[in-house]
Amino acid sequence: MRIESAAAYDELRRRAREEAAAHRQEILVCCGTGCLANGSMRVAEAFSKELQARGLTAEVGTFTKRTGCHGFCQRGPLVVIQPAGVLYTQVKPKDVPEICEKTVAGGTVIPRLLYKNPADKKRVEHYAEVPFYANQTRVAMRNIGKIDPTDITDAVAHDAWAGLVKAMLEMTPEQVIGEIERSGLRGRGGAGFVTARKWRACRNAEGERKFVVCNGDEGDPGAFKDRSIMEGDPHSVLEGIVIGAWAVGAHEGYIYVRDEYPLAVVNLTVAIEQARARGFLGKNILGTGFDFDVTISRGGGAFVCGESSALMRSLEGKVGEPRQKYVHATDKGLFDRPTVLNNVETWADVGAILLHGADWFAGMGTEKSKGAKAFSLVGKVKNTGLIELPMGMTLRDIVYGIGGGIIDDRPFKAVQTGGPSGGCVPEALLDLPVDYERLTEAGSMMGSGGMIVMDDRTCMVDVARYFLSFLIEESCGKCVPCREGLKQMLVIYDDLVAGRGKPGDIERIETLAAGMQLGSLCELGKSAPNPVLSTLRYFRSEYEAHIFARACPAGMCRDLTAYEIVPELCNGCHLCFKACPADAITGETKKVHTIHQEKCISCGACYDVCPTAGAVRFFPKNGAREREAV
Amino acid sequence: MVTLTIDGRVAKVPAGATVLDAARAIGVRIPTLCQHEALEPWGGCRLCLVDVTKKEWRGWQKMVVSCMFPAEDGLAVATATERVVATRKVVLDLLLARCPDTPLVQRLAHEHGIERTSYQPNPEPTDCVLCGLCTRVCDSIGVSAIATVDRGAGKEVAPPFHQPPPDCIGCLACAEVCPTDCIPYQTSDSARSIWGKTFTMVRCPHCGRAHITREQAAFYAGRGGVPESYFETCDACKRTQMAKTFTSLSAVR
Repeated sequence: MRIESAAAYDELRRRAREEAAAHRQEILVCCGTGCLANGSMRVAEAFSKELQARGLTAEVGTFTKRTGCHGFCQRGPLVVIQPAGVLYTQVKPKDVPEICEKTVAGGTVIPRLLYKNPADKKRVEHYAEVPFYANQTRVAMRNIGKIDPTDITDAVAHDAWAGLVKAMLEMTPEQVIGEIERSGLRGRGGAGFVTARKWRACRNAEGERKFVVCNGDEGDPGAFKDRSIMEGDPHSVLEGIVIGAWAVGAHEGYIYVRDEYPLAVVNLTVAIEQARARGFLGKNILGTGFDFDVTISRGGGAFVCGESSALMRSLEGKVGEPRQKYVHATDKGLFDRPTVLNNVETWADVGAILLHGADWFAGMGTEKSKGAKAFSLVGKVKNTGLIELPMGMTLRDIVYGIGGGIIDDRPFKAVQTGGPSGGCVPEALLDLPVDYERLTEAGSMMGSGGMIVMDDRTCMVDVARYFLSFLIEESCGKCVPCREGLKQMLVIYDDLVAGRGKPGDIERIETLAAGMQLGSLCELGKSAPNPVLSTLRYFRSEYEAHIFARACPAGMCRDLTAYEIVPELCNGCHLCFKACPADAITGETKKVHTIHQEKCISCGACYDVCPTAGAVRFFPKNGAREREAV
Repeated sequence: MVTLTIDGRVAKVPAGATVLDAARAIGVRIPTLCQHEALEPWGGCRLCLVDVTKKEWRGWQKMVVSCMFPAEDGLAVATATERVVATRKVVLDLLLARCPDTPLVQRLAHEHGIERTSYQPNPEPTDCVLCGLCTRVCDSIGVSAIATVDRGAGKEVAPPFHQPPPDCIGCLACAEVCPTDCIPYQTSDSARSIWGKTFTMVRCPHCGRAHITREQAAFYAGRGGVPESYFETCDACKRTQMAKTFTSLSAVR
């Protein structure tokens, strides 16, 4: 049935909710990327089979749903049983019969599968009480984990497309843009450009043929929020795109999806077909006579294609290299036509803003950064996963609240935000409210929402070097400062981590970084020195240690670090012996162990595995110890 | 016409001109490597960076590449501010590291006070500055026989799969346009070779000069709808013939 009026939509939603309510229980199995890798598909299949076998499907009306990413990837595969709201973590297919018997049929919980809060060691029964979820506010991710992404009826039961119905049937395009403007929505791809300004410029631009583009070429190391949104709730993205297209007067749209995201392509394709059948997309949308359709374009595997001008060139079928332009894409973008390009998350926010109103959205966040923002929380943090929280939450709340603190309760050192274009924020700034302005002031940026938490066993020089080595592969090579600058910057860093650093290296890095920032053609090159400059700004002493003392304070640079076992503290647990990949440790159980320096490759496996504080220690390989001995 | 100032001097240029055009019109020199008057500007070498500002920008300046930034009324261009010079020096320093033995790069670097690169010189020196002129001229002819391959540090100009390019017509435009003359080719009255591909030369039936390859003649004929034989006669002989025709016509009159 095609939807052509608000009443028809309400009827569809009423029936969808009725249908959902008929399921007395729903078993939500996370089938996001992380859980899939941990075997959640087998868990879902086991549930379907087991419920059938026990006759629970008909009798109790229980239904298994394969949802998108629940976010708490660290503990996957995740299973939530609704309406009780019981969350089971790390569920295996063999747990399924017990769950069906005790929880689904019996209504009791299985303590061993519940999440254990490391803070008080207590098992948490309810999904919403797990700190990881309790501290989140979900806007773009509002339906992820709740709906079956391949079922539009299920999505509609959760208000999908309601924003479009309201926008197109009750408002004018100008009012829609006004609503987005009042909401304060800014680009979620990282630059934070005011969305409504883009839309208005495109609407006012001359020309009949206009485009809207969705940037799904998420490529930052450690970032996966766009992926999860496209996979887990493709309707929110599509709804936003159609609203945007209608507001600016575009009839053609593209979703540029990173080629490494096959499930996103599949789920978007299904959603597009279902939306067309319902009259939300295609010809004569909602019976208004407005035509708009969208094409999925799979990326070519280049990080730089996430840069808007390169993305558009790639869409045009040309080499995905950025173009220097002194006109806005809203005047001359894709195929030189007025174009609005927004990030996946930005589009996903739009429908919710229209549905709940600008004031609701603007009620969250800080003065200039409104709403909520999705992040991929990864690194040395206890609870890694996908989160969405109101702008302005502090890094401390994120790392220690939602994230649960650092693995093994080691000291926090820094959090890297914004991917290769971002920077590292040190411990002193843990109380920094996370919004566009504060992160930029701190020398980092919002970026696409990657948050990599680092502990004391992270060498900041090596971190900067890692991002350089990433970018050197991904620079398109068109302009000299980025291509040659990254190459030479990496030469300097290779020397630093190998103990060949020279006095003056820091100054050379700074000069080169300034040249790259000012001289590069696109944002990739201009922002490439950010990891370098932010680590220099906050961790200069580590650089100096590498250069002048030939030492790596974190003990991570192998060429600079040696390990030894302190005989008085070693209790002979033998773990280091087992962990050593180079057979450099000798010793028998319950006897003192020894590291043989000539064989040791300084990997630090013994240090990381040793349960006795201080029994394995590292020292600079620079000969200082030998000199001391003399 | 638009009026702007460059380093304090007034320039008047037609609308649509770039800042670089305006600078050249009044004799202000801005170094370039990837710019060529026959091709669309590209903005890759970053040597022509300048600072621009306008009165209404209230003191805000931005650095732009002059080969692409449009000349506008009231624009104030500064070609040698401290940051422009510093950035240009970084670019030249980097280029000199890439091409330590290339005379053009050495000369440009020398003009900016750089005699030796402060970075690690390329262990495999090349003369190619990756200005993209060769690939762009090939594209603009409509041949697209060569392209840049790979990206980032590994980028180079090459034919597809490093094999003799099937689409190459042997016109030598790439070699002609190369600012560092780093595209090797051989040409004689009987044969020509470039990019590993060998071409047969067409001799002008009138003067006997080998002036074009067989592939060029076929390509131009195919594109222009003119018989291939038209291109066999060299341009000089075509002119002579034309002159003769006019002479005979006036004799008839």
